[in-house]
Amino acid sequence: MGMAVTDTVMFPEEYEKLEHVVQSVLRDANAKVVFLVDKNGQQIAAAGQMENIDTTSLASLTAGNVAASDGLARLLGDNEFTVLFHEGDPDSIHISVVNDRMILVVVFDMRSSLGLVRLRVRKCHESLVEILHQMDARAAQAATAGPSADSPFVEITDDDIDALFAD
Amino acid sequence: MTFINYAAREINCKLVYYGPGLGGKTTNLQCIYAKTNPQAKGKLISLATESDRTLFFDFLPLELGNIRGFRTRFHLYTVPGQVFYDASRKLILKGVDGVVFVADSQAARMDANVESIYNLKENLRTQGYELKNLPYILQLNKRDMPTAVSVEEMTRTLQSQGEPVFEAVATTGVGVFDTLKSLARMVLLRLRRGETQGSAARQTRQ
Repeated sequence: MGMAVTDTVMFPEEYEKLEHVVQSVLRDANAKVVFLVDKNGQQIAAAGQMENIDTTSLASLTAGNVAASDGLARLLGDNEFTVLFHEGDPDSIHISVVNDRMILVVVFDMRSSLGLVRLRVRKCHESLVEILHQMDARAAQAATAGPSADSPFVEITDDDIDALFAD
Repeated sequence: MTFINYAAREINCKLVYYGPGLGGKTTNLQCIYAKTNPQAKGKLISLATESDRTLFFDFLPLELGNIRGFRTRFHLYTVPGQVFYDASRKLILKGVDGVVFVADSQAARMDANVESIYNLKENLRTQGYELKNLPYILQLNKRDMPTAVSVEEMTRTLQSQGEPVFEAVATTGVGVFDTLKSLARMVLLRLRRGETQGSAARQTRQ
């Protein structure tokens, strides 16, 4: 099977929409931090009090957590666990899988509640799915077009790549 | 699967270090972490047992710089090498852009090397990949060991698709960065070829 050279491409329009949804969840769920992560561990969007959080590591660990849970689900004969909840003190984490592609992570404390977070997350999933479809449509559309002048790869040279590794 | 964020102007790629248990995968990442500029690296996350055997994965994010105005980030992962962690190895390969196979040069570990390469190919297939279609490097680690098999014999036994072969002593850093740079270069060149062939998505002007 041939492999796609790139699989996830984020355009500014969709990125802003995702940021807007994440900000809405943060506000409506009274959460501390809200992240959107892809299943490969890349952070897509984030909102909230992130000053003391290593967001890169959080994205990677969340994806690993979900992947391990998926493995468990399959062993039990289920498709996947679409929602994971970790209760902590003082922070808890609600993790939900969106359209089998993205992971929405909501970190909250006693200023919110699991019920409120679940409600707000459920409501925003539809918006997120719609945005993902728009991303796919634009990616498919752009794939048939010629190379964009803004693409980082169109004029990339060997020197450009070598410069990355210069000490 | 590379993630290109035109809004944030970032390119994110995933590299996985694979190989038999105790072969030097984690040591590779520890060495890279120790010798990389603080501005260019994130935290090294290691999910390990009490005896420091990788339990799930190690993770190290690197930011190598800008390429045509895009921040270029590589996420390095290792898999647990022990045989019974196969379910976890499958998961870590998801979304991989390039693979380093860290082979243990000790004579007693040759069977484990061969078995692990077979395991790599099988696990890639379950994720929808073929190794021959991926940027791939063979690293012959532990070249300093007294029982190290010759490079020629190891290459003959383990090289599967004409991939670059690097000698290494990960505990001292020999060959570690050469391996990483070569794989990263292969991944970026592959992306360039993919773009020019029109297979990747592009931005439309706002």
